[in-house]
Amino acid sequence: MSEVKEENIQVATPEPIIQLENVSVSYRLPSERIGTFKEYAIRKLQRKIKINKFWALTDISLQVNRGEVFGLIGNNGAGKSTMLKVISKVLKPTKGRVVVYGKIAPLLELGAGFHPELSGRENVFLNGALLGYSRSEMEAVFDEIVEFSELEQFINSPVRTYSSGMFARLGFAVATAHMPEILILDEILSVGDEAFQRKCNLRMKNFQQAGATVLMVSHALDMLEGMCNRIAWIDHGKTQKIGEPHEVIAAYRGENL
Amino acid sequence: MASTSKPVYDSASYRVSAISELKELGKYRYLLGQLIRRDILTRYKRSVLGVAWTMLNPLGTMLILTFVFSNFFKSEVPHYPVYILSGLLVWNFFSQGSNAAISGLVWGGSLLKRIYIPSSVFGVSAIGTALVNLVLSLVPLVIVMLVDGAPFYSSMLFLPVSILLLTAFTLGFGLFISSLAVFFPDVAEMYQVLLTAWMYLTPIIYPESLISAKWMPFYKINPMYWMVKMFRLPIFEGRIPSWQEFLPAFAWAVGMLLVGWIYFTSKTEEYAYRV
Repeated sequence: MSEVKEENIQVATPEPIIQLENVSVSYRLPSERIGTFKEYAIRKLQRKIKINKFWALTDISLQVNRGEVFGLIGNNGAGKSTMLKVISKVLKPTKGRVVVYGKIAPLLELGAGFHPELSGRENVFLNGALLGYSRSEMEAVFDEIVEFSELEQFINSPVRTYSSGMFARLGFAVATAHMPEILILDEILSVGDEAFQRKCNLRMKNFQQAGATVLMVSHALDMLEGMCNRIAWIDHGKTQKIGEPHEVIAAYRGENL
Repeated sequence: MASTSKPVYDSASYRVSAISELKELGKYRYLLGQLIRRDILTRYKRSVLGVAWTMLNPLGTMLILTFVFSNFFKSEVPHYPVYILSGLLVWNFFSQGSNAAISGLVWGGSLLKRIYIPSSVFGVSAIGTALVNLVLSLVPLVIVMLVDGAPFYSSMLFLPVSILLLTAFTLGFGLFISSLAVFFPDVAEMYQVLLTAWMYLTPIIYPESLISAKWMPFYKINPMYWMVKMFRLPIFEGRIPSWQEFLPAFAWAVGMLLVGWIYFTSKTEEYAYRV
């Protein structure tokens, strides 16, 4: 299935675009939720606040090169999404360092940030603004978004009247309207019908050909194998294996069967 | 191997400060406008009268309060409906703005966990929405003044300054309380009780002349006492605040804005972990 050869990837010397150096992230999990000042003050005095640290990522080091399609696999709770968050500036790593040499366009969970009472048109601009675009940047791509999402007839209706497929199409179209240097996809391409999925995949390929770097998380292993140049398998916050898609996927499957 | 280009993001040198957050907010000003627009458009989207409710709401409250209290205070206060409405507008702005800052950050939290957005955008847009509502609710004030035959003073030209002070104070306070509410969820509930008490401790529905001299020093600690004064004096008494009246309001406004902004931004890196 995967015909990607080493030579194809490394035509030029790889230029790092994302670097993780010994990155660790810990979440605080208070043993009980402390909701009031009074409780907090009492416990602070009694030194009874127990905070269990949970390490979502431990000592991760990896490098993604410019122009690569890089996949992340692993079981639920392995730390894949946390890794995307660390890279996209949402979470600051507890330890270690993240360096990114390019502008990131994170893909919102499709439709997150949409307001049900606003029309598709209004939501396009609102969602674009959430992703950090300006008015003129959104106006420039508006028609293209409507066309890609195939919502010409519905763009002025409130999105509460949309089907979940229409929702997803509009969300994807907005998030990928501008070609970013780095595109982050968190379990996104598994939504919508097959025809739309093909369309999304085509767009991803076009981005890649134009030089964009794609970082994607998915459980659709066959799709990843077909699209990625390299894959990292994360387990319990640690990198198990990084390398050739079919090798990493085979190792992952071997472990989980 | 080492890239010569400058990194766009380097976690080692990335630190949110009061200044950096201000710059980020500037970059996201389009989002700010979009959020204000969304809040105003959607609040009454499915009601028949729509945005008119922004004006009808304080008008209704004013009518009820006038009806209930006019027998008590009418002799003391000549144009009681105008008196009440001018105070009510200030209070509504403050309570709605600060509450919206809390719910805005909680709502925005679900986004802050997924994508990078400067977190102050939710609080600032909440106050922006309240500001639009305040300006809209000046329309019913003018109508009530006309109906009640209250005089229009040239001192009303001072109101933009009053609005600026009130906005600065509310923004600072809203950022502060919303930040607290992220760490202590009970704060949001406690705040509702506090707001009710606070409103009755501020001369909004009763005249200031009713306050005994003994209690006056305590009233003067209350920042909202001074904020209400900034509106009442030009609208109701027909004069611009004196320096002794202006300076406490100004100090509260600037002080609260600075404290709120600095406190809020000092906690920014933790929100994505907490909300």
